[in-house]
Amino acid sequence: MMKLQPAEILVLKSGWLTTIQDLGRHGHQHYGVSVSGAMDSFSMIVANRLVGNPDQTAILELTLKGPELQFEQDTVVAITGADLSPTLDNRNVPMWRSMLIPRGGQLRFGVPRAGTRAYLSIAGGIDVPLVLGSRATHCASETGGLHGRPLKQGDVLRGGKPAPLITQPIGTELPAPLRPCYERSATLRIIPGPQQMFFKKHSLTTLTQAHYTVSPQSNRMGYRLAGSKIAQKDTASFISDGTATGSLQVPSDGQPILLMADRQTTGGYPKIAVVISADLPLAAQLAPGDRIRFVLCTVAQAQRLLRIQHAQLDVALPPCDRHYT
Amino acid sequence: MPFRSHTRRSHHPKKESFRILPLGDSALTIEFGNVINSEINSRVVAFAKTVFNQHWQGIHDIVPTYRSVTVHFDPLQWDSATLAKRLKTLPRREPGQADPQGILHEIPVLYGGEWGPDLEAVATFAGLQPDEASALHASIQYRVYMLGFSPGFPYLGLIPERLAMPRRSTPRTTVPAGSVGIADHQTGIYPIATPGGWQLIGRTPIAMYRKGRADPFLLKPGDIVQFNPIDRHEFDRLSHKSAHGND
Repeated sequence: MMKLQPAEILVLKSGWLTTIQDLGRHGHQHYGVSVSGAMDSFSMIVANRLVGNPDQTAILELTLKGPELQFEQDTVVAITGADLSPTLDNRNVPMWRSMLIPRGGQLRFGVPRAGTRAYLSIAGGIDVPLVLGSRATHCASETGGLHGRPLKQGDVLRGGKPAPLITQPIGTELPAPLRPCYERSATLRIIPGPQQMFFKKHSLTTLTQAHYTVSPQSNRMGYRLAGSKIAQKDTASFISDGTATGSLQVPSDGQPILLMADRQTTGGYPKIAVVISADLPLAAQLAPGDRIRFVLCTVAQAQRLLRIQHAQLDVALPPCDRHYT
Repeated sequence: MPFRSHTRRSHHPKKESFRILPLGDSALTIEFGNVINSEINSRVVAFAKTVFNQHWQGIHDIVPTYRSVTVHFDPLQWDSATLAKRLKTLPRREPGQADPQGILHEIPVLYGGEWGPDLEAVATFAGLQPDEASALHASIQYRVYMLGFSPGFPYLGLIPERLAMPRRSTPRTTVPAGSVGIADHQTGIYPIATPGGWQLIGRTPIAMYRKGRADPFLLKPGDIVQFNPIDRHEFDRLSHKSAHGND
């Protein structure tokens, strides 16, 4: 049984948007606190399980252009989600598989081959303070993570105490059939939203028959979509109410906005539909220019699909319920 | 006094005083009406507290807004139909029932100048002098209808009709923390510096979001706010005090 020291990671280059995330800051939305957390929770959970961490352990979320990191201790890590061409000391390294980075090792990322967001888990997690019960970074409110901001050059990340390696040997991997396949277009299943009466009769048909393109005005808060206009009956009378991740809200210009992890807790636009939880990880991997087709689904179907997704994952990689202090 | 339950009348949907709507597969929105008034909002706030007090496992968030409550849940632990059924059996306040008094907060505000760059525009909109407009804004107590937008941002209302100026056509890229703004019939306070489109009429030195505290949010839904006009000297004194944690 091999014992590891807590990780110590030096940020040589920050990458485009590298943040510390977990499964989100729940329980404070009624005070206006965004949930945030990993955009692609499936890849994030897999990354944690591969290195023997509990699902909610803080990890790094990398966006399109990954960082350059130097590991000052022998460290067990796993990379999942988008393929951003990871290399260790200039040699390609596998994804969806735990590996040992020896002391002094430098992890770099290159061109994005598929997907948008990659997840780097570190055995033992990342030691930043809990803010309102979570380590997730919400940059807009400078909350959580490392001083509420993305990583920058010169930062040093310290790890929590890793599990002894006997619990999750190096080389653990997610079976290939369970690995998602990211393309430049995605089909996302939706449930009709709570405000149908604010839209014209054929609006849902328009939404499901057209293709929408993710516009450059897209970020962790939401994706502005471009495509067929969704006609509203009455744009002025809607009173702000609660939003959910995956909500498709429609401002008066008729172009839907897909709300993502950093969404505001309440919003002043009616919601025509909501993307199902099982498809949000796929939505998280889209980039500006990518195309979306929406398909209708029922709440019961959506909840069954999510249960199947998680049951399959639990069989392949059982959750680790060890808790860190 | 115990709340009266509507369960026995649930086969008469027209008599229901609320509707439960799916917001995707991990949230339900319980709508109590479609207008902004304190009666509906007080039923919303009371229902949100009732749901919270059940301490059900797998309920992530309970978000009261002007006229609805959104309940976020873990879809691996709940299905929407079961949760909706449980929510329907909970006691709800009847329309017209008295609202328990919320906590009254006196919020000092320095109106106008660089602290309230839109006060003159609001005054012009209202057909008043700037000092008359700020006096009118501070003349009545406001209800905290909901918190949203950013951590601790209170939506207060309703403001006097003649002050109800719409949002700026182009939002500012940064609004300083503490700014007091107007948007239609609402007034609010920016807890942190964010982009924002409300008409800014003043600024408070009191922190809405006190980072690092166990309970960092000053205002809660259902609370009452009374704005008190202050001068520059008092603003600086209170800012200094607030910065040193004595607020």
